[in-house]
Amino acid sequence: MDIFIQQLINGLVLGSIYALVALGYTMVYGILGLINFAHGDIVMVGALVALSVCRVLADSGLPGPMIVLIGLMVAVLVCMALGFVIERVAYRRLRNAPRLAPLITAIGVSIVLQQIAMLFWGRNYHSFPPLLPTSTREIAGAQITDVQIAIVVAAALVMAGLMLLVHRTRLGRAMRATAENPAIAGLMGVNVNVIIAATFVIGSALAAVAGVMVSANYGIAHYHMGFILGLKAFTAAVLGGIGSLGGAMLGGLLLGIIEALGAGYIGDLTGGVFGSNYQDVFAFFVLILVLVFRPSGLMGEKLAERA
Amino acid sequence: MRHKQSAWLATALIGIALAVLPFVVGLGIGNAWVRVLDFALLYVMLALGLNIVVGMAGLLDLGYIAFYAVGAYLYALLSSPQFGLHWPVWAVLPLGALVAGLFGAVLGAPTLRLRGDYLAIVTLGFGEIVRIFLNNLNSPINITNGPQGISQIDPVRIAGVPLSRPLEVFGHTLPAVYLYYYLFVLLALLIVFITVRLEDSRIGRAWVAIREDEIAAKACGINTRNIKLLAFAMGASFGGVAGGLFAGFQEFVSPESFSLMESIMVLCMVVLGGMGHIPGVILGALLLAVLPEALRYGAVPIQQALFGRVLLDPESLRMLLFGVALIAVMLYRPAGLWPEARRKREFLGARTK
Repeated sequence: MDIFIQQLINGLVLGSIYALVALGYTMVYGILGLINFAHGDIVMVGALVALSVCRVLADSGLPGPMIVLIGLMVAVLVCMALGFVIERVAYRRLRNAPRLAPLITAIGVSIVLQQIAMLFWGRNYHSFPPLLPTSTREIAGAQITDVQIAIVVAAALVMAGLMLLVHRTRLGRAMRATAENPAIAGLMGVNVNVIIAATFVIGSALAAVAGVMVSANYGIAHYHMGFILGLKAFTAAVLGGIGSLGGAMLGGLLLGIIEALGAGYIGDLTGGVFGSNYQDVFAFFVLILVLVFRPSGLMGEKLAERA
Repeated sequence: MRHKQSAWLATALIGIALAVLPFVVGLGIGNAWVRVLDFALLYVMLALGLNIVVGMAGLLDLGYIAFYAVGAYLYALLSSPQFGLHWPVWAVLPLGALVAGLFGAVLGAPTLRLRGDYLAIVTLGFGEIVRIFLNNLNSPINITNGPQGISQIDPVRIAGVPLSRPLEVFGHTLPAVYLYYYLFVLLALLIVFITVRLEDSRIGRAWVAIREDEIAAKACGINTRNIKLLAFAMGASFGGVAGGLFAGFQEFVSPESFSLMESIMVLCMVVLGGMGHIPGVILGALLLAVLPEALRYGAVPIQQALFGRVLLDPESLRMLLFGVALIAVMLYRPAGLWPEARRKREFLGARTK
């Protein structure tokens, strides 16, 4: 039972991070119908920028959490700018191109981002400076660190903020209108280009937050970390029903919990035949099952035929 | 009559060109480049296989390399000391095509209802699952040797002659890479022939119809389920053959050759060359297989000449330029470098609207 709760908590932490990244995928997909393959690499850039800022400020005498917060701010700003530039350079011209063309440019952007990151940060794994408290608490027999609590709370706050933004503001209404039908939204006086750029910028900001969380929680960051993280987050977005914000959150949390529980129990369930190295298989297998029985994801609208 | 004659002439010229190419390349810039050509031909086979699924039938497959892996591991298991089996090539390659085709159908069956990006992510997941299994099937029973991969695989033998050793022909010694080159050219031509014939067949037209509009295709009496499954199986079987050849050529396989990046690479070949257009796809495969290698060799001397020192290591420069090229080609030629004439017209029409 202790293992169960422990893995549940680990899954919740991982899932909150997946959910933040998945939101970026789902927002862009909802408006453009595009898989933004470079999104995972924006997470990576966010993590590495924050890490560098933290390293520079590590000896400044400021309190640790403050430094991490500054690092987070810088990372968010850098990633927002990056998201804006990427949309402008690589996607805007291709809005009416054949469906696969923007997918290929997205892959190209992802490769370029990784290589540029490698020029700046090298091929090595970087460890996050020990700025955050490492104290743990015990909840129902399971250990949870303060950092993990902070991650879950911060993710919840950010997601609540996003929901408010999308459902309660003018910008959010314009975003929903553009997702529904860009042409008509344009006729109603919505500046579609600005809205799409804003979507990328907001998604990238979420990615930066997630990147900082990953590197703070697991203690490392490197130039290739965005790839598998992006893959998992995209899986989460599809699991929840891509294009739906609530779906992305649900999918992210579910995927995190499934993975953590899978890693914890797969050995016992199969009598030791499969070990926790099959963790990733587990995640994809669940995804395939869900899609076979519910082809538009858990909370997706019925738009399987639209693509 | 004249038309027929010029067609024969063109075929003969292409044949001669393909036959002397390794000598020109090998004597001109070195045998390492013939090896690059060999790999380029494997990529041509892969790209043509994927072109059936993505280009003709319009089903986005991001896990195609899994079938390459299936073919390669099948060859590796059936003719290496791993299980002490040494099956002949003529038995293993068709079996590889068959098993890979079966895997294709297995992947295709549950995904028939999915379209577009859902299909993409499921195929991607499938590709990763295959790779993870290959990586971990060394316990409890050792089948694939895990991350170490399988080595000492038998080379391809034709009529008892291993292609891995230089061969004396009329007083000339042909290095192994030349022998593999000829084998690969023949098989690539066979695959080109099959795809060209398929394209004009009832099945090929059904694939294109599904790509353009699945509901309309169904209304025209096409059994979309079977035809889609056939596309998956057919594309996969080409991948299986290429995989078997890869295993025999390398005499070594390991899971890291079959990463998602490879699937993406093959997809880029198809899309960059011009989806659904066979000459375009071949061009895409050759370009993406050869140019990065050229950069790998050329990057250091060129940088030294320009800046006096090496600023970027060749590997990252290669990837950087690859990424930039993908973006640039798609921005300026979104239908690919050499698109089908009809598709090109459609696209231009769509833009002037």
